[in-house]
Amino acid sequence: MDKLLQHLVNGVSLGSLYALIAIGYTMVYGILRLINFAHGDIFMLGAYIAFYGLMFTSIPWWLVFILTAVITGFLGILLEKLAYKPLREAPRITVLISAIGASFFLENLGIVVFGGRPKAFPIPDVFNKVIRFGGVSVGVITFVIPVVTIVLLIGLNYFIKKTKTGMAMRALSKDYEAASLMGIDINKIISITFFIGSFLAAVGGIMWGIRYPQLMPLMGMMPGLKCFIAAVVGGIGNITGAVLGGFILGLGEIMLVALLPGLTGYRDAFAFILLIVILLIKPTGLMGEKVTEKV
Amino acid sequence: MLKVSNLHVSYGGIKALRGIDISIEENKIVTLIGANGAGKSSTLRAIMGLVEKAEGKVEYNGEDLTNLHTKDIVKKGIVLVPEGRKVFDNLTVEENLILGAYTRTDTEEIRKDVDKVYEMFPRLKERNWQKAGTLSGGEQQMLAVGRGLMVRPKILMMDEPSLGLAPLLVKDIFDIIKAIHAQGNTILLVEQNAKKALEIADYAYVLETGELVLEGIGSEVLKNDRVKEAYLGEAK
Repeated sequence: MDKLLQHLVNGVSLGSLYALIAIGYTMVYGILRLINFAHGDIFMLGAYIAFYGLMFTSIPWWLVFILTAVITGFLGILLEKLAYKPLREAPRITVLISAIGASFFLENLGIVVFGGRPKAFPIPDVFNKVIRFGGVSVGVITFVIPVVTIVLLIGLNYFIKKTKTGMAMRALSKDYEAASLMGIDINKIISITFFIGSFLAAVGGIMWGIRYPQLMPLMGMMPGLKCFIAAVVGGIGNITGAVLGGFILGLGEIMLVALLPGLTGYRDAFAFILLIVILLIKPTGLMGEKVTEKV
Repeated sequence: MLKVSNLHVSYGGIKALRGIDISIEENKIVTLIGANGAGKSSTLRAIMGLVEKAEGKVEYNGEDLTNLHTKDIVKKGIVLVPEGRKVFDNLTVEENLILGAYTRTDTEEIRKDVDKVYEMFPRLKERNWQKAGTLSGGEQQMLAVGRGLMVRPKILMMDEPSLGLAPLLVKDIFDIIKAIHAQGNTILLVEQNAKKALEIADYAYVLETGELVLEGIGSEVLKNDRVKEAYLGEAK
C-alpha cells in the first residue's frame, strides 16, 4: 500500500513536469498551427541557464530560477522571430522543417557552448531534504513540482480566461484576419505566446534539473517528444488537454515500471504506444475539438 | 472624410480593382454595389490594409492611411464588419463585444458601450454568456455589428451584412443600419441586395469588374435604367 502511494506521488510529480512542458506545445499550436519542435531544446536551455546562474553568480537560488524563466521566455520570442516569423505566409510544412532545423541548431549549439559532457546540476540545499509520512519517503522536489505546476496553471488559466491579452490569444487561435480587424497586434500576441510557453518550459527544465541532476545538451529530446505526445493525447491546441495528457503520461510511465518491473526497459516506449493507441481510437485527442470542415 | 483614389489591387496576375475613386462624407450612408467578383469586398479589404494595394491612396481627414497596418487603421476609428460575420465562435457573446473594444482602454466606458449594444440587440443580452458559435446566423450578424460598434467607429464599413439571412432578418439588419446612422455614424455599405442598399443610401457607387461604372445619389441610381436591369431585375 505504501509502495503504491509512493509510486502515485512520483507519478503525479513527473506528470506535472510533463504537463508544464506540454502546455508550450499546445499553446503555440493553437495559435500558429505549428509543432514547435525546438520546444524541448528551449527546456534544455532553461536548465543550463539556471546551472550557470547557480554556479557562477552569487544571486540567491530562487532569484536565479525566476530570472532563468524570464530569460528563457525571451529566448522563445527570439526563436519565433528568427525561425518562424519570416515564414508566416509560407506553407505549414516549411515552417515545420524550420522548427526541426531550429531544434538541431540549438542542440548542436548546446554541445559547442556547454560542452557535450554531462554537468551536475547544483541543487540548492532546500531541495535535498527528504520528507517522510507513514511509510512513504520522497524528496522535497517531488512535492514542490506539482505545487509549482498547479500555481502556474491557475495563473495561466486566469490570464487566458480573464485578461484582454488572453482573450486576444483565443481570438487569434480562431481567426487571424478577424482578430486583426479588432485592432489586435498579431505579432505581439504571438510573441507573448512564445514567452509563456518558453517560460513554463524553463520552469520545467529547472525542476527537471533538480530531480534528475544531470544536464546534457540533448536532454531536451526525449522529454520534448514525450510532452509533444502528451499534448497530442490531450488534444493539441487545448490547454486542459495538455495538462491531462501530461499527467496520464507521467503516471502511466511510473506505474508501468512499478507494477511490471520486467518492462522497465520499455519505459520510454510507453509514451509512443499511448500515442499510437490514441491516434487509432481518438485522433483528435481526449479533449480535442471536433474538426468540422465547413463548406 | 475618407477618400480613396486610384485604387488598384491584384491577386497574382488577376486585377481585382482598376483605379477606384471613392469619397465618403461625414454622417452619410454610402453604398457600393455590384455583382459577384466586381471588387466590392476587395475595396473594403484594401482600405483596411488586409490586402496589398498595387497602386492608389487612402486618406482619412487628410491623413495618409495607405501603408498603415490594419491594427493602426482600426485605431483611427475605421472599422470593418467582415463578410460572413467572422465572430469568434470560441468566445462568449460578451467576450466578443469586449474584444471589439480591444484598442480602447477606458474600462468604464467600454462597460457602458456593451450595455448600449445589449439595448440595441436584446437577443444578445439574453445570450451573453453563450459561445458565439451557438448563435443563429442573424444573431451572429448582430453580434458582428455590435462588436464593430464597440470600437466607437468614425466610419463603419459593412461587407454584405444581409448575406444568407432570411428576408425578415434582412429587413431587421437594414433597420439596424438606419438606426446606427441616425446616431450620427458614417457608414460604407457593401451589398448584393442592391435595392435595399440604394433605398437607404445617400450616395452610391456601382462597380463592374474592378471599375466604377456609375455613381450618384442613392435615389437617382435606383432609377437608372442600367442599374434597374442589371441589379434590380427589372426590365427596361
